[in-house]
Amino acid sequence: MFSEFLQYLFTGITIGATYALIALGFTLIYNASHVINFAQGEFLMIGGMATVSLTAMGVPMILAVVLAVALAGVLGIALQRFAIAPAKQADVVTLIIITIGASIFIRGLAQLVWGKEYHVMANFSSDEPIRIFGAVLNSQSLWVLGIGAVLVVALVLFFTRTLIGKAILATSMNKEAARLVGIRTQMVLMLAFMVSALLGSVAGIVVAPITFTSYDIGIILGLKGFVAAAIGGLGSGVGAVVGGLALGVVEAMAAGYLSSDYKDAVAFSMILLVLFFLPRGLFGAKVVERV
Amino acid sequence: MLKTMVRRAGKCAVVAAAGLMMMSAQAAEPIKIGSFLSVTGPASFLGDPELKTLEMYVEKINEDGGVLGRQLELIHYDDVGNASSARNFASRLLRSDRVDIIVGGSTTGATMAAVPLVEQAGVPFISLAGAVVITTPVKKWVFKTPQTDRMAAERVLDDMKSRGLTKIGLISGTGGFGSSGRAQTLEVAEMMGVEIVADETYSGSDTDMTAQLTNIRNTDGVQTVLNFGFGQGPAIVTRNYKQLGIDLPFYQSHGVASDSFLELAGDAAEGLRLPASSLLVPDSLPESDPQKDVVQMYKSEYEARWDSKVSTFGAYAYDGLMLAVEAIETAGSTDPEAVRNALENISGHVGVTGEFNMSADDHNGLDADSFRILEVQNGEWKLID
Repeated sequence: MFSEFLQYLFTGITIGATYALIALGFTLIYNASHVINFAQGEFLMIGGMATVSLTAMGVPMILAVVLAVALAGVLGIALQRFAIAPAKQADVVTLIIITIGASIFIRGLAQLVWGKEYHVMANFSSDEPIRIFGAVLNSQSLWVLGIGAVLVVALVLFFTRTLIGKAILATSMNKEAARLVGIRTQMVLMLAFMVSALLGSVAGIVVAPITFTSYDIGIILGLKGFVAAAIGGLGSGVGAVVGGLALGVVEAMAAGYLSSDYKDAVAFSMILLVLFFLPRGLFGAKVVERV
Repeated sequence: MLKTMVRRAGKCAVVAAAGLMMMSAQAAEPIKIGSFLSVTGPASFLGDPELKTLEMYVEKINEDGGVLGRQLELIHYDDVGNASSARNFASRLLRSDRVDIIVGGSTTGATMAAVPLVEQAGVPFISLAGAVVITTPVKKWVFKTPQTDRMAAERVLDDMKSRGLTKIGLISGTGGFGSSGRAQTLEVAEMMGVEIVADETYSGSDTDMTAQLTNIRNTDGVQTVLNFGFGQGPAIVTRNYKQLGIDLPFYQSHGVASDSFLELAGDAAEGLRLPASSLLVPDSLPESDPQKDVVQMYKSEYEARWDSKVSTFGAYAYDGLMLAVEAIETAGSTDPEAVRNALENISGHVGVTGEFNMSADDHNGLDADSFRILEVQNGEWKLID
């Protein structure tokens, strides 16, 4: 009985950690520009696919990972520079639509370059699962959790301790004021896209051994990541993590205890419930209007 | 007088010449083969090899002089695995492209969406999708080349019974293939006196099926597990199965019968069994097997041309095209009614998937024995039965 529960919990936390990493990417760009970047899932795909194809070409794993992350970073900058920046005065909705277009474009490109098949990536460490109280944990899950935790801590430090991080926050709060104190807001935006692309690609790489990877893996994982970000309250880092984990665990518990048929329905009812009672999500900022 | 005669003769000549030109134009007009396939999207591993196969063999047939002295023209659309666009494309093929025959429909959903249009237009349609509903009940204009999922279920349960396994844990995808497979398995199991003790599902985009498999493992008396699904889902199920350390005999459906599945599932696939076309084991077939030649030829030609592994899905398209060609040749024209009758009377047509014997009440023409039972041994397919 307990081992069952533990198994569902492990499953949920592993999937949830993936969602959380993607949600963090959404959060970052949302914070900087109030844009929801629907190309976030594509960064995830680029990370996984580039690593797989580089290792297949004989590049050592670690170097392949670095190159793949760098590629995603460049793509993030390019996305901001060539798609978002030219639409300067456009409203947020237009920018969001641009990201959707960009995601379709990137997906098409990836399909041309890498083909339509699913690809495998080996586990980072052992293939042997870890047994705890009768439940089984894939060793890769520990990598997902560990790297996820490191990234979250790094992001928190980045935003609270570094000037660049603070500049991003300042830009998100008031673009004009930030510009007045000498922050180059275009630069900051570019940076935000780059960092979120890095985050996405790392997520894509660590989960690829579990989920496989293909040119269209970003669609569904991106959507789930967005749901997680919305549950947590768009714009909150802690919210993204909690939202991701909660979504994953609820999904796994629903599949285990209710029926796998209702798993997705439960996840989507969850977002409805949260948004109904807390329209800004679990950790959404309370907006104070001053008159 | 003379003048009018000349003028009349002239008129006649013009009319005759025009008539001749029209006739010769008609003779040279290509036979239009229409197709809508899921070349991209979640079912692209079906549509991609299917399109490649059609393109390659249409080209080849044209080089060899065509059919009835006319060239073949392939008109194809990509439905992205979406049933409603399949319907739109089918309508375009019938109304504006005015094709002579349709070979296509990668998925059951796409096929069924097109069926009413095809039936109304009265154009022969050879589907490449699996579900039993496509040809049962028989529809006048609809044929199909893959074995039905019902046959797959029969074949698997048969093999289980012969190993003394009668309590089955079933896990299936929620997509068209998986849910139809699940329904057929439940029906066949009841007929064969086998008990389905656990019944779980997963959606096509799920990345972890541990929860469902844990439920199956904890079900009392379960002796073996069958997974009905296609895409990357079954490969994840296979890996989770291994991770959970379930040591019951494991079966997959023909939905994973391709070498790329072995690649995805890796070591975890070791020892699992599935019903599959003989295309996966061309070299293990005995010399006396009537399919051996055609299977080997298709495999080597496809792999030489596209530099990628052959798949059973491409073979469905090969069989579909060859059945269409044979029917048009037998009919001696592209008259839809004649081609349809010829298709319905095809017998002893040895294809890659099996031997086709169509009849008025069987528009599939295959039997369960065209499935072979394979087992994964040392990372390769091994012919068991």
